[in-house]
Amino acid sequence: MKEATLLVFRGDSNGGQTIAYRVPVAPGMVVLDALHHIQGHLAPDLAVRWNCKAGKCGSCSAEVNGRPRLTCKTRMDDLPQDQPITVLPMKSFPRIKDLVTDVSWNYRVNRKIPPFEPRKGVEWKISQLDVDRVQEFRKCIECFLCQDVCHVLREHDKQEQFAGPRFFVRIAGLEMHPLDGRHRAALLKDQLGLGLCNITKCCTEVCPEEIRITDNAIIPLKERVVDEFYDPLTMLFRKVRGQ
Amino acid sequence: MTTNYETREHDVLVIGAGGAGLRASLEALAQGASVGVICKSLLGKAHTVMAEGGIAAAMAHVDSADNWKTHFRDTMRGGKLLNNWRMAQLHAQESPERVRELEQWGALFDRTEKGDILQRAFGGHTFKRLCHVGDRTGLEMIRTLQDRGVQQGIDVYMECTVTRLLTDGGRVTGAFAYWREAGRFIVFKAKAIVIATGGIGKAWRITSNSWEYTGDGMALAYEAGAELMDMEFVQFHPTGMVWPPGVQGILVTEAVRGEGGILRNKAGERFMEKYDPKRMELSTRDVVARSIYTEVKEGRGTEHGGAYLDISHKAAEYVKKKLPSMYHQFKELADVDITKGPMEVGPTCHYMMGGIRVEAETAQSTISGLFAAGEAAAGLHGSNRLGGNSLSDLLVFGRRAGLAAAEYAKRASASSFDNSQIDQAEKELLAPFSNSGTESPYAVQRDLQEVMQNLVGIYRTKEDLEKALVELGKLKVRTAKASVEGSRLFNPGWHLSYDLKAMLIVSEAVTLSALARTESRGAHSRIDYPNVDPVWEKKHNIIVRESGAMKRRESPLEAMPEDLQQILAEDRS
Repeated sequence: MKEATLLVFRGDSNGGQTIAYRVPVAPGMVVLDALHHIQGHLAPDLAVRWNCKAGKCGSCSAEVNGRPRLTCKTRMDDLPQDQPITVLPMKSFPRIKDLVTDVSWNYRVNRKIPPFEPRKGVEWKISQLDVDRVQEFRKCIECFLCQDVCHVLREHDKQEQFAGPRFFVRIAGLEMHPLDGRHRAALLKDQLGLGLCNITKCCTEVCPEEIRITDNAIIPLKERVVDEFYDPLTMLFRKVRGQ
Repeated sequence: MTTNYETREHDVLVIGAGGAGLRASLEALAQGASVGVICKSLLGKAHTVMAEGGIAAAMAHVDSADNWKTHFRDTMRGGKLLNNWRMAQLHAQESPERVRELEQWGALFDRTEKGDILQRAFGGHTFKRLCHVGDRTGLEMIRTLQDRGVQQGIDVYMECTVTRLLTDGGRVTGAFAYWREAGRFIVFKAKAIVIATGGIGKAWRITSNSWEYTGDGMALAYEAGAELMDMEFVQFHPTGMVWPPGVQGILVTEAVRGEGGILRNKAGERFMEKYDPKRMELSTRDVVARSIYTEVKEGRGTEHGGAYLDISHKAAEYVKKKLPSMYHQFKELADVDITKGPMEVGPTCHYMMGGIRVEAETAQSTISGLFAAGEAAAGLHGSNRLGGNSLSDLLVFGRRAGLAAAEYAKRASASSFDNSQIDQAEKELLAPFSNSGTESPYAVQRDLQEVMQNLVGIYRTKEDLEKALVELGKLKVRTAKASVEGSRLFNPGWHLSYDLKAMLIVSEAVTLSALARTESRGAHSRIDYPNVDPVWEKKHNIIVRESGAMKRRESPLEAMPEDLQQILAEDRS
């Protein structure tokens, strides 16, 4: 049987290093299979998050050969065969152990977002077109790869000022829900740091669900903020009325 | 010994944060209870997220003739009449309201032209009944519930695992758990506990279930003295992936057949004509799984030992829209374009019909203070579950369990328990660190999966089941000796050494019950007893712990009231 070498980060918040493991390669094998082989035969305490192993739960995120990916959807035969495969934890989150990072910050950000609230007296009829538009955002599996790759978080550590692409996607889903009656533009501008995004589209590139995060979520939300707070006519109108 | 542990207190503690656990939490909270919900993984990763096809509710948006009575009848017939009829009735009556409520909380489903919720066909359902959004219905449901839960103020304990229920004079009053991250202990005081931990599929080698589905909730209840019921009924979903090896068992949604997918064998024959000419591919799961298994066994299987499932006769755009995650799953993991050619599929261990015995209205177990809902509970599905009835089960009985647990907590005295239970729980959990020797929990799990796969699978015999009991005995001895490497910090090997104990308890319960039931009914097929036995139609298998050992008893089914009998007797009209 063919074999591959994986260089897997082993360590915790105090530091660590990559360790080389040799694993047999079966047809169609994914990187998560290789990690399971290591757990089952070579290093039973190797910490890895995973659940569905089918690209639906977003648990097994890591950086494979430098690229943020779901390990359950990363085929071994898509990677260069002649060199070791490097598997590192997501860089933007504090390390817990091995490939497991502390993603609890995401859950705290989520709490700031006002939930869906139907408009008063609205009739519960929805067109499929509206469902399709919002579904793009609702299919997010919360793998947090977009958060990992976003330079505002990864290089500039703006966790306190910036919610990150995942939560702009979530808000886009709420704002574009055909029956929602809330406004979240002020929140986006003042608390969630939407303005810090300079649309480099890194998030869109790594999204395993192929959500067009920048084009379909972030830019329309930026437009809403502009319409509400920076439209010259509205600003003039406000000034005149002394608001 | 008593090392350090933190203590938390809640009126209602919910173990499990899938659909049932979250719905229970929301309801308990709405009743004014303080609620804690514990999950083994991160919030939002429970198995509900993987549910694909839809949620069954007789809303009659597509087929106007549908109503709760037909849904009740379909469910009872699908379960071969072993269902708890009261649960089947409540489920059929309350599902539509639970779906509407979900939508009011922000969930979105695919629509009809009139703008109502669209419903699709599924196996065993007389009418088009499954509310869905593409093939990601479970994701839509769990996000809606989790976001609402977080907003409403549920305390969530993520990556936290309960290893023992604490009791006081026969009443459940707390739980002992450990945090995966640092391996530290936490003790919960609770007036009422709801178990919503899902199934047991990880005891089989080929399964659609994730690492979490080890039967730990059922094992916790069993160890605390609660009865388990109908444990022989394990559902093998007809269509799991069979190739490549790493993806074996991953679910292929029944929605493929619901949308018109056709099953064929190697010779191109549409073999369901032989097994169920009336319902064909949309026969019940037990029948379709056995049919595929038989085709393969008799030499008519595909290259990798499955059957062909083909939806490529439908327009490519339609397939991508209605089955988007299937399209991607096959494209990325198996190099198959399902809009152009067939998938290879075969049976995969999927769902547990049996579980904790509960009272229909309140979801209370046979012991005081302990409730159960969703897959962890028994009763609704009888001997075979219809597709789509699981998501609705989670909502209907999750809500009922949360309601009853909150009401129980209002009446209950403060939680108390003898601390020696905590010492004992600590000792048990830490034992693998002091075991010497080389027995690996992973090796034991692999062997357990082989035993259950080969001896307690789709078709069963007395010889196989007896052999399985002997093998399970050996595995118990090995589990007790298993040792772990490394520290308590996020250590999956250590975690598995606990999960193994739970898997062994439920595996033994399944095997004992399967051995006793000398008939074939629903998902339980005995080669040596191929027919339905009217005597067994009248009784449940009950598993209970007595003087430290597993005991099996039989319990008669409750008589069905006249009005429900009439509904059951009526044909489609």
